[in-house]
Amino acid sequence: MATVETENLPSPSAERPIGFGRLKRKEDPRFIRGQGSYLDDIRLPGMLHGALLRSPFAHARIVSIDTSRALAHPNVAAVVTAKDLETLGLAWMPTISYDTQAVLAGDKVRFQGQEVAFVIATDEYSAQDALSLIDVEYDPLPAVVNARKALDADAPLIRDDKTGQRDNLASPTWEAGDEEAADRVFAEADTVVSRDILYPRCHPAPLETCGIIADFNPETGQLDIYNGNQAPHAHRTVYAHVAGLAEHMIRIRCNDIGGGFGNKVPVYPGYVCAIAGSIVAGAPVKWIENRTENLVSTGFARDYVMHADMCAKDGRITGLRVDVIADHGAFDSTAQPTKFPAGFFHICCGSYDLQASHVKVKAVYTNKAPGGVAYRCSFRITEAVYLVERMVGALALEMGVDPIELRMQSFIKPEQFPYETTTGWTYDSGNYAETMRVAMDIAGYEDLRREQAEKRARGELMGIGVAFFTEGVGAGPRKHMDILGLAMNDGADLRVHPSGKAVVSISAQTQGQGHETTFAQIVAEELGIPPEDVEVRHGDTDRSPYGLGTYGSRSTPVSGGAVAVVSRKVRDKARLIAATMLETRPEDLAWEKGRWYVKGDPEKGAMIEEIAARAYSGESLPEGMEGGLDAQVIYDPPNLTYPYGAYIAVVDIDPDTAQVTVRRFIAVDDCGVRINPMIVDGQIHGGLAEGIGIALMELLSFDEEGNCLNSSFMDYLIPTALECPDFELGETVTPCPHHPLGAKGVGESPNVGSPPAIVDAVIDALHETHGVDHLDMPCTPARVWAAMQGRPEPPQ
Amino acid sequence: MTVNGEHVSHDVEPRMLLVHFLRETLDLTGTHWGCDTSNCGACTVLIDGDAVKSCTTLAVMCDGHEVRTVESLEVDGRLDPIQMGFHERHALQCGFCTPGMLMTARALLDENPDPTDHEIRVAISGNICRCTGYKNIVSAVRWAADHEAATTTEV
Amino acid sequence: MQVPAAFEYERAKTLEGALQSLREHGPAARVIAGGHSLLPMMKLRLANPDYLVDINDLAELSYIREEQGEIRIGAMVRHVELLRSDLLAERFPVFRDAEQVIADPTVRNRGTIGGSLCQADAAEDLSAVCTAVKARVVVRGGAGERVVAMDDFHVGPYMTAVGAGEMLTEIRLPPAAGAGSAHEKVERRAGDWAIAAASAALWVRDGVIADAGIALSAVGLTTVHVRRAEELLTGKAPADELFAEAGKLAAEDCSPTADGRGPVDYKRHLAGVLTQRALRRAAARASEQEV
Repeated sequence: MATVETENLPSPSAERPIGFGRLKRKEDPRFIRGQGSYLDDIRLPGMLHGALLRSPFAHARIVSIDTSRALAHPNVAAVVTAKDLETLGLAWMPTISYDTQAVLAGDKVRFQGQEVAFVIATDEYSAQDALSLIDVEYDPLPAVVNARKALDADAPLIRDDKTGQRDNLASPTWEAGDEEAADRVFAEADTVVSRDILYPRCHPAPLETCGIIADFNPETGQLDIYNGNQAPHAHRTVYAHVAGLAEHMIRIRCNDIGGGFGNKVPVYPGYVCAIAGSIVAGAPVKWIENRTENLVSTGFARDYVMHADMCAKDGRITGLRVDVIADHGAFDSTAQPTKFPAGFFHICCGSYDLQASHVKVKAVYTNKAPGGVAYRCSFRITEAVYLVERMVGALALEMGVDPIELRMQSFIKPEQFPYETTTGWTYDSGNYAETMRVAMDIAGYEDLRREQAEKRARGELMGIGVAFFTEGVGAGPRKHMDILGLAMNDGADLRVHPSGKAVVSISAQTQGQGHETTFAQIVAEELGIPPEDVEVRHGDTDRSPYGLGTYGSRSTPVSGGAVAVVSRKVRDKARLIAATMLETRPEDLAWEKGRWYVKGDPEKGAMIEEIAARAYSGESLPEGMEGGLDAQVIYDPPNLTYPYGAYIAVVDIDPDTAQVTVRRFIAVDDCGVRINPMIVDGQIHGGLAEGIGIALMELLSFDEEGNCLNSSFMDYLIPTALECPDFELGETVTPCPHHPLGAKGVGESPNVGSPPAIVDAVIDALHETHGVDHLDMPCTPARVWAAMQGRPEPPQ
Repeated sequence: MTVNGEHVSHDVEPRMLLVHFLRETLDLTGTHWGCDTSNCGACTVLIDGDAVKSCTTLAVMCDGHEVRTVESLEVDGRLDPIQMGFHERHALQCGFCTPGMLMTARALLDENPDPTDHEIRVAISGNICRCTGYKNIVSAVRWAADHEAATTTEV
Repeated sequence: MQVPAAFEYERAKTLEGALQSLREHGPAARVIAGGHSLLPMMKLRLANPDYLVDINDLAELSYIREEQGEIRIGAMVRHVELLRSDLLAERFPVFRDAEQVIADPTVRNRGTIGGSLCQADAAEDLSAVCTAVKARVVVRGGAGERVVAMDDFHVGPYMTAVGAGEMLTEIRLPPAAGAGSAHEKVERRAGDWAIAAASAALWVRDGVIADAGIALSAVGLTTVHVRRAEELLTGKAPADELFAEAGKLAAEDCSPTADGRGPVDYKRHLAGVLTQRALRRAAARASEQEV
């Protein structure tokens, strides 16, 4: 029988919470010392370096490839072309969308920057030199650059590699909602607005580019991969399938990743080339792309050409119709659950109690890089929310009502949750009006409107923009979500050592989100083991449970759920052991963080450390129980979770130069219970900065021949500290009813909510004085000025 | 040249960039690179006390000069206040821009020990961060300015 | 990251030594100072010199001083030094205006005025500044030194009057008595090249503009020197309507091309607006320096 001084319980404080709270990050020590282990930091003995030769043309037949001069370079070990890959069966690879993508172009090139040949050399400088020694003869073809023209009768056929493909349709029209019901609602409406809204092509551009080290050992058959990717287990399954290697002989290690944002979800040709190269050269091969390669060939984001109508009756929004052409680039490599080829775009029904809606999306091929689902998009929710919020803004203008008032009248009400939307979503919980009010308070909304009126009278242009979003994250339930046939479940393994310290292994894959801290905090919250005594293991397929990784804000909803459940399993086992230790029945025990104690005799208890020691000791355990104190779980989320938020942007526009300055940005997020509010705030700050970039300056544009015009950071502009205001954050907390912790996930919310708020603010600044009622992103000075002159144009 | 206070001598190709010399030859991988066009600042080091983009400097150009990288901030196990500030104020997420930011901030505080928030933002306007939105970085530099005497071994 | 092709390298010890090397190696040799124009081009393999002459040790080219009534700036002066110079800020504040918006602070630690002027990118701010303040530059070569006006210095896009075996060594500014000057720039984002920029300098005596300098960045094949506007202003009293007229002339006389930064009409519009703004500020500063 153990007795315990309660003073011996580890004492939490605001500085060092045991459980949820603003705990400073456990992973910081190596990063602030420059001791992170990113891909390019890793060196293996005998390692060779790869470089990719890429197509200068957007669309061209390959007439010939002559690698002889490159092979003659003294430092070149091998040059790989499509012909060589064909013998390995690797010239084409499957994509996440059940299409195929060329690893190296054989018959023709289909986008500028497409991979054509892979050089392997002794060092990086020689590899780059060797690229200019490869002679490729091209026969240029006309290029399809504009998605609106991709299905024209005379559009050149891009995917002539696909049997039966006669046009540039990438996937047939996908629908949600009810067309007839929507038409009826529109017929009865008081007000109808229509808009053509473009969400232009942009790029996640994490600061660390994509790369890989592939190390195939011909003697053992083991393939060791170092690769910063967001879903290591899924990648391993793909490689096993593609390369015909045994899955258990492939090990992927993602050490530290310098940002992902969805850019590091896909399997890229460079990865397959490095693996093939390692097999062929019998040595480790490192390939890491430069920034131009990252921008022109890796997974871009958005590029949705949308048309929408929205209607209102009796002061409330009642209906929405949306028609989308999705530009998928030359290969369909978008990432989303199988049954949702347009991702979650049909959440564009928004936060409103609509009577009916109808959504249609079709995808086309163009001669541009493949991709589309990336950059914190929550599987197209960025596009969906941008669309619906811009339409609400348009409707408010048309109706002459305050945009917040229109939303307040139209919101789904708290008592309506769980709420089934017109497109089939079941939102879990929400009190939208309250969150909106908190945002208004922080912003001082009435004062802002007064200030705006005064400024307008003096010829100064100030705009106030509003956006409210509901998004769905944490994919997802196995009953209707899989990616490439793999269930979107996550595992968690928790082992408490005899000393009472613990290791939790997770399948989520951090790229900066602070998992080493937050997942330790979940275990701490559930078991009372201080976070510094909980090691979070991740990023190594050999040492972590199977799961689908981190994107779509799924880490907290899915892996967080898994860790909570596995911790509770351990706690339940601990209870049984404690009962034996305390010579009582389990039902007579109560829990306080870190300790089971006897109800009615609280001095008598067992701390988790003591229970752990007992679990491994030779002393008696409950009848039939195995020793040890650990548990394993695969968590299948019952639903997505639905975080939401109210954002307000304040902009000033120079009336003569049309430069837009974001003066203030107010973001009130409800992501349910917050495990570490400091980390949540940080995630929001980062996403808001990205939203400013998307709204004001980020754009991947092309000329008529498909040449990419933004292929470096000189022309793909990312906000600096001078473009970002001092963000003002607020919160409401409406727990998720089905999540073990009541948490919802938040990583993508700021990207979802900020672009429409900023564009709305720009329009608000210019509507009365210049008659602007629509403007597409990015709102660069030139484009804003054109709108002020009465001729807004979409970007090329 | 000296790197982090130590004399260093190597034969290099003239075209070897300082960032590669530091990372590959000297194994100081704390300095990163993130672009091709001198825009992102991930490669920022100090040369004779000034913040410089090491991707846009040849190693040979540093002959006879003093280079300091992020690895020089911690001395005898004690962290620099700027490092402490980044930890205190959650000014890093993925950590990739962090070494460059730390060196830029260190140079700023060496020259201007009490900068305003705007001066901090100007100073780091050549360092791109994709993760933090800069707000906490400004706060971290502020913290370091206010705690210039602080050092710790405890992080 | 992209890396340059191979080349040979020499660290010049003296100015004469540098010039000698340039003569010996001909057009395949380039001077490297700050390197922040040249090295990026070499990494993208748009420039592939065989031979680099590093002139960073030439302390003799690093000065800002007054000599014979002129401010003289050595070609190796870094952007950050121009920004910090109180002498320049007092006499020709247009330099400080421009330096605050040239590239970013880290790049400014290395880039030099000589390098910027010799790069001769039409979007380059210092070229417009020097043209507006009626600077002259000193070019030194085997045959000795010559002093060149900015109009003669800018020959074409990325082309200057510096010939083979020559180097830009000094920039000379005229007397600043009665002068006010300013630089106005619009860019897509901090640190970006100008969409358009205007530099203006006014020498005011007895309430009348005795001389005017107006030059534009990024709206022509090279720096645009708006002579018609200068002529309009000379001999008149500073006035807003006058500056508006000058702005109109600037908009007419520039020849922008459409690109990612903006279409032609917007750039022309900016040329006008920024000229007007620069003139207003130059005039205000001149009146603080009343002679």
